[in-house]
Amino acid sequence: MTRQLILAVTMLFLSSLARADEVQVAVAANFTAPMKAIVAEFENLTGHKAQLSFGGTGKFYAQIKNGAPYQVFLSADDETPAKLEQEGLAEPGSRFTYAVGTLVLWSARPDVVDAKGEVLTRGTFAHLALANPKLAPYGAAAMETLEKLGLAASLRAKFVQGENIAQTHQFVASGNAELGFVALSQVMKDGRITGGSAWIVPAEMHRPIRQDAVILNPGRDKAAANALLRFLRGRPAQAIIRSYGYQ
Amino acid sequence: MFAAANIEAILLTIKLASVVTALLLLIGTPIAWWLANTHSRLKPAVEAVVALPIVLPPSVLGFYLLVAMGPHGPVGQITQALGLGTLPFTFTGLVVASVFYSLPFVVQPIQNAFAAIGPGLLEAAATLRATPRDRFFTVALPLARPGFVTAAVLGFAHTVGEFGVVLMVGGNIPGQTRVVSVQIYDHVEALEYGQAHELAILLMGFSFVTLFLLYAFNRRATMLRT
Repeated sequence: MTRQLILAVTMLFLSSLARADEVQVAVAANFTAPMKAIVAEFENLTGHKAQLSFGGTGKFYAQIKNGAPYQVFLSADDETPAKLEQEGLAEPGSRFTYAVGTLVLWSARPDVVDAKGEVLTRGTFAHLALANPKLAPYGAAAMETLEKLGLAASLRAKFVQGENIAQTHQFVASGNAELGFVALSQVMKDGRITGGSAWIVPAEMHRPIRQDAVILNPGRDKAAANALLRFLRGRPAQAIIRSYGYQ
Repeated sequence: MFAAANIEAILLTIKLASVVTALLLLIGTPIAWWLANTHSRLKPAVEAVVALPIVLPPSVLGFYLLVAMGPHGPVGQITQALGLGTLPFTFTGLVVASVFYSLPFVVQPIQNAFAAIGPGLLEAAATLRATPRDRFFTVALPLARPGFVTAAVLGFAHTVGEFGVVLMVGGNIPGQTRVVSVQIYDHVEALEYGQAHELAILLMGFSFVTLFLLYAFNRRATMLRT
């Protein structure tokens, strides 16, 4: 009986070794939809499996610092991966920009946001949603845009802040905020905005929202982790990424 | 010692928990009284509804409260018709959400306290020609006092510790909806661990002292009774 148990445990252990071509990926919330599409192709093509966790970049940073087993990290910014590399938690030289985000002022209703975003100047709304600028790159970009327009101070009383861009989108999509700054990737599919009304914020209004990917220490020398990053750089993946409104 | 933003969050949290506790005692007492005395077939259903927030993930509860209180939701339609606007992103909205969220923590201790009184004393009071009102206010309420203390303390503490619901319906507005738990989360996300620790220690100290005092009080109350 004991021997059978040991055998069973050993086999379980061996089978877990055999599945070493599985890669655990931490993915920034704004990249949820494109990443699912990319991974479907990646798995088909390579036979590797990718396990995706979606969440806020700051939370992932805290988890990675405290031993989370993620092998690849797709951040919402370019600072966090650089920081992880500096701290010796990521593979040096593996960092690259996989997507540049586009900010959009969006309303779930048609005719709220005009094509030039002049609704901001008119101020005919009760709530303007944005991601917390302290935490989320899209929130910081939204603040820079408002500052450039000279509206940051006058609109501050109307701000409602989501903890991340996913929650901010929820505020606008549910109609609780009439409009808000979200990621174009959240309201775009196949190169088209799926509903409501929107102003795509011109790139010169804020610093570019560079999203960097990096291989973390648990993913060093792992075939699947390296293959995934290679795939992300490749043409099929980049086409998917662009179809969701990234540059 | 504390940064101004942290103090603002602390004061807001105390205000929220106080208002919610007061409202919950007002709303929870009749519900608890009815539950403790009814033979209605509806009783288990009402009890289950009251207990739902214990089981449901707060973020789920918060999401549906956000939708329900939003401009297209049933609650939102009513508040708009009354000229109150919509509730999310306001202090009032947080109060409404918290009352729902902390309801079981207030109703259940009071209900148990009422049930523990039993029919005997109340019937005795009735034979002395005490009206139902008299029986409630002069017999049931004083006897259920420990239950009320437990209910108030748990309702208050649970509201202080609330996070997921506030996160969903609050919108993180300083002085309006940015309570301590959200502030801690923000600090952690922004990698400001020092400020997060500061508030977290305060919250832990508060929670421990509150619960300690409650259990000490309950012990004394049981010892006095026996």
